[in-house]
Amino acid sequence: MRAFDYTRAESLDQAAAALDPAASVIAGGTNLLDLMKLQVMTPERVVDITRLPGLDAIEPEGEGLRLGALVRNSDLAADPRIRARYPLLSRALLSGASGQIRNKATTGGNLLQRTRCPYFYDPAMACSKREPGAGCAAQGGVGRMLAIFGTSDACLAAHPSDMAVALRALDAEVEVRSRDGGLRRLALDELYRLPGDRPDLETTLAADDLITAVILPAPVAGSVQAYRKLRDRASYAFALVSVAAVIRMDQGRIGQAALAFGGVAPRPWRDAGLEAMLHGKTPDEALFREVAQRLTADPAPNPDTEFKRPLLRRTLVAVLREATGLAQPSIGTDATKDAA
Amino acid sequence: MTQTFRMDKPQPRLLDETRQGVIGTSMDRPDGPLKVSGQATYTADALPEGCVHGMLVRATVTRGHLRDIDRDSIADIPGLLAVVRDPRFLRNPAQGMAGEAPDQPGDRIDYHGQPVALVVAETFEAARDGALRLKLRFDSVAAEVDPDHATEVEPQDPTESGDWNAAWSGAAHQVDVVYTTPCHASAAMEPHAAVAEWQGDRLILRGALQMLRFNRKELADAVGIPPEQVQILAPYVGGGFGSKLGIGTEAVAAALAARELGRPVRVVMARQTVFDAVLRRTETRQHLQLAADAEGKLLALGHDDRVSNLPGEEFAEPVSSASQFLYGARATRFRQDMVRVHRVGAGSVRAPGEAVGVIAIEAAMDELADALGMCPVELRLRNLPDQHPVTGQPFSARALADCLREGAKSFGWSDRQAPGARQEGDWLIGMGMASAARPNMLVKSAARVRLSAEGAVVETDMTDIGTGTYAVLTQVAAEMLGLPPGQVTVKLGDTDLPGASGSGGSFGASSSGSAVFLAAKKIRDRLAAKLGCAPEDLSLQDGLARGANLEAPINDLLAGEVLVEEAEIKGGKTAESHFSAGFGAHFCEVAVHRWTGEVRVRRMHGTFAMGRVLNEKTARSQAVGGMIWGVGSALHEDMSHDPRTGHVVTRDLANYHIASHADIPRDMQAVFLEERDDFANPLQSKGVGELGISGAGGAVLNAIHNACGVRIRDIPATPDRVIAALEAAGR
Repeated sequence: MRAFDYTRAESLDQAAAALDPAASVIAGGTNLLDLMKLQVMTPERVVDITRLPGLDAIEPEGEGLRLGALVRNSDLAADPRIRARYPLLSRALLSGASGQIRNKATTGGNLLQRTRCPYFYDPAMACSKREPGAGCAAQGGVGRMLAIFGTSDACLAAHPSDMAVALRALDAEVEVRSRDGGLRRLALDELYRLPGDRPDLETTLAADDLITAVILPAPVAGSVQAYRKLRDRASYAFALVSVAAVIRMDQGRIGQAALAFGGVAPRPWRDAGLEAMLHGKTPDEALFREVAQRLTADPAPNPDTEFKRPLLRRTLVAVLREATGLAQPSIGTDATKDAA
Repeated sequence: MTQTFRMDKPQPRLLDETRQGVIGTSMDRPDGPLKVSGQATYTADALPEGCVHGMLVRATVTRGHLRDIDRDSIADIPGLLAVVRDPRFLRNPAQGMAGEAPDQPGDRIDYHGQPVALVVAETFEAARDGALRLKLRFDSVAAEVDPDHATEVEPQDPTESGDWNAAWSGAAHQVDVVYTTPCHASAAMEPHAAVAEWQGDRLILRGALQMLRFNRKELADAVGIPPEQVQILAPYVGGGFGSKLGIGTEAVAAALAARELGRPVRVVMARQTVFDAVLRRTETRQHLQLAADAEGKLLALGHDDRVSNLPGEEFAEPVSSASQFLYGARATRFRQDMVRVHRVGAGSVRAPGEAVGVIAIEAAMDELADALGMCPVELRLRNLPDQHPVTGQPFSARALADCLREGAKSFGWSDRQAPGARQEGDWLIGMGMASAARPNMLVKSAARVRLSAEGAVVETDMTDIGTGTYAVLTQVAAEMLGLPPGQVTVKLGDTDLPGASGSGGSFGASSSGSAVFLAAKKIRDRLAAKLGCAPEDLSLQDGLARGANLEAPINDLLAGEVLVEEAEIKGGKTAESHFSAGFGAHFCEVAVHRWTGEVRVRRMHGTFAMGRVLNEKTARSQAVGGMIWGVGSALHEDMSHDPRTGHVVTRDLANYHIASHADIPRDMQAVFLEERDDFANPLQSKGVGELGISGAGGAVLNAIHNACGVRIRDIPATPDRVIAALEAAGR
């Protein structure tokens, strides 16, 4: 590990003032410290924001909730309001990492965690995410965990977060504070960039921007929510594919559907066209297969991830069957309730 | 010098006569409190005064030569002490029981990840920074890294019997299938570590090592000093699984750096280095050919395999080892090809041979049972050979039939239905079974036992790699000397103590335990003489000696004297006259998700017969642990190598998947059948740990087939492979 300077920020202003491209924010540190040990990230300064006041609360915001950037993943997953009204978020959080890690990891940090592409993690391998223009050793390498959507020649990496996939399906927004104290809200698709030829630029955030909160809009009333994660073992593994779904049934037809996919793209993936195919339709396995087929119409960019297409198709069909009542719901599929 | 006892004939079952009543019980580990409170000093915990830190630097070419080290590239690191580079560095760890240094290639690079230098600094962080940033210049040449396409193939000597063509061609039923298994990493919790310190010409090394008697010679040979000048200490070892059998690159680098710097040096491998540079289990390609008559009697049994290793490494995974004695057939054929590839070297990883070979033979047997329309248990019962089919030796003790029958009964095997018949929601439920077998060995071992008024002290250089050696040797001594276990102290892991077998091949407890048994027996004989009775009349219990109507406290007999006896045992004629192996049967129930291909093990029972159980609790931990590794090998474990460079891509425990808690059901049982193996050793015990792995993965694969009707022949059976098979079957 390289030596670094440590600053504990006492205020948002102070934190922002300490941030520049040579500095990193540290909150839970569950990803940053690993990357620093491997010297994949070598910040000269680490700015600790964990003592900043007011960022660790879950509060009502209109009909929805405001999640402070420092709310721990375990606290967020256990919150009764989340469990009742946004069960998919709780399920997604609990499907990620381990109990110990969730106790440390924060809401903001979870959004900004880096890809787990093994070539990104190995400084001896060419990686344009680490070093712009260096090339991509994952092309032609071992690619089981790579993405199938939204990739580029420069980068095949997938975003690893489960939480972000749930947030995408819930239409959450990220509140960002710029150095001058101004606040703006970004949808997740506005936060995350696709890699193009600059995979090192992962978000639209400036170096001195800080994520202060995530805003959850009111949940879809009477909806069924599901998070289904497929992985290489039953726990403590990143998603091969995951499916987040919010489905509201309306007199036997699909009134509303929101679908987001994880483990398959550089950001949580959503395709409005799929949702349109479902609106107003009677649940039907053939329809679900058609939707899944459309999602995975194009060949995978890497032969090692070709398997993700059938896996994603089948997982989506299984989720839709349960969420629309064609099949008995299993663990991970929940009806929303009003908060107690 | 103590005379060595040779195991030439069966010995009396003395441990069935002794009275203390601790042998075989579920005694807690005496070292347990130290371990759970963090007070047991593992290698990296020992920091001698003035100790500095070394970090290994890897080669980043696959094959070639190291031309230049740019020391200036890290000269700015505060506290940097040296970049140590020595022609005596090892290419890879020694193979188990080598007793000499492995290849010391000088500047030659044979695989991507090979340790080539050691950066030493005042702090661990500075050393790691230096190791990650040091600029090296290599010459590089093309290298073959993929066993499927490599051209350097060395056929090994085949083992064949009978007229293959006659047996095969006329058979009513044939199974002709190929199974593949990926590379495995040992994945011990404790990363490899060494702390080296010189006292004059004497080298003291604390190491994470399994077999100190051999390691001492290997280290001395590597460094170039006589073994008498080397002392190795390994009182606690955090798991080995084969990866710490031989002296490692970290130990030799630490020793040479400590010599050069004149200070103690600690080298702890980063987790990534453990994957890069510690011996892996080879990937295998296994061709199974089984032919049977209409009654299910095996006519032909062929098990050919292909394994790989680095050029020059002799170790070849004995893939078909158990296939050669589990079942008999009119004609048998076992052939092996060794492919040379420039990947990190291959060596012993938990149950070499059986861990992957028994999966394949047992899955193929299931396929044969399917073809015959016969119960898989019945097929196995019909094909148990009368003697070892290859060597003709009688079995010393083989309760495989009992394991199959008892296991089937306790598991509820009779409830098994046709493939695909049981369904719970979207989950398809199935049952599978497999036999287990693992050859048993007795390896030369010595131990010293001291008895005084304070109690007994056992001394041997044996290791406890988490297996329970401290507990088991305490029990053997306590039982033999009639003492409560609290009055026995066991000292391990020091080459200044009598040399033991070390921990490996599941022979450690039996071999070192036999040495303790024999040393304690000598003390018993002296106590009998002091009491005035014949040795066979002596009974010892709770510190009291009885015999021939005489009775006296042991302490009175000692009268202040300290009795010290040493004993050594080695294998003898019984190893030739009889074939000794542990046997068992696994039964498993899985659920397979019909849409996603996820597999969940719902319950698993292993029934084992492996001689006398020395400690019910640690034996159970070994057996269940083995079964868990078996589940992991069937479903998760997959060490991937880059197809271009051969380097390990899954180089941490986030990417190399071993079973997590959520993968293992609560109903995971190991049942031990009562058995004594009189030809094995004076304890009548056999190895446990590796027997639990053997076949366990096969039972899982067979249960998958019973659940959903498809065969997974390339393991692990990850969801993508299961759905590919389901889709191929139109589901």
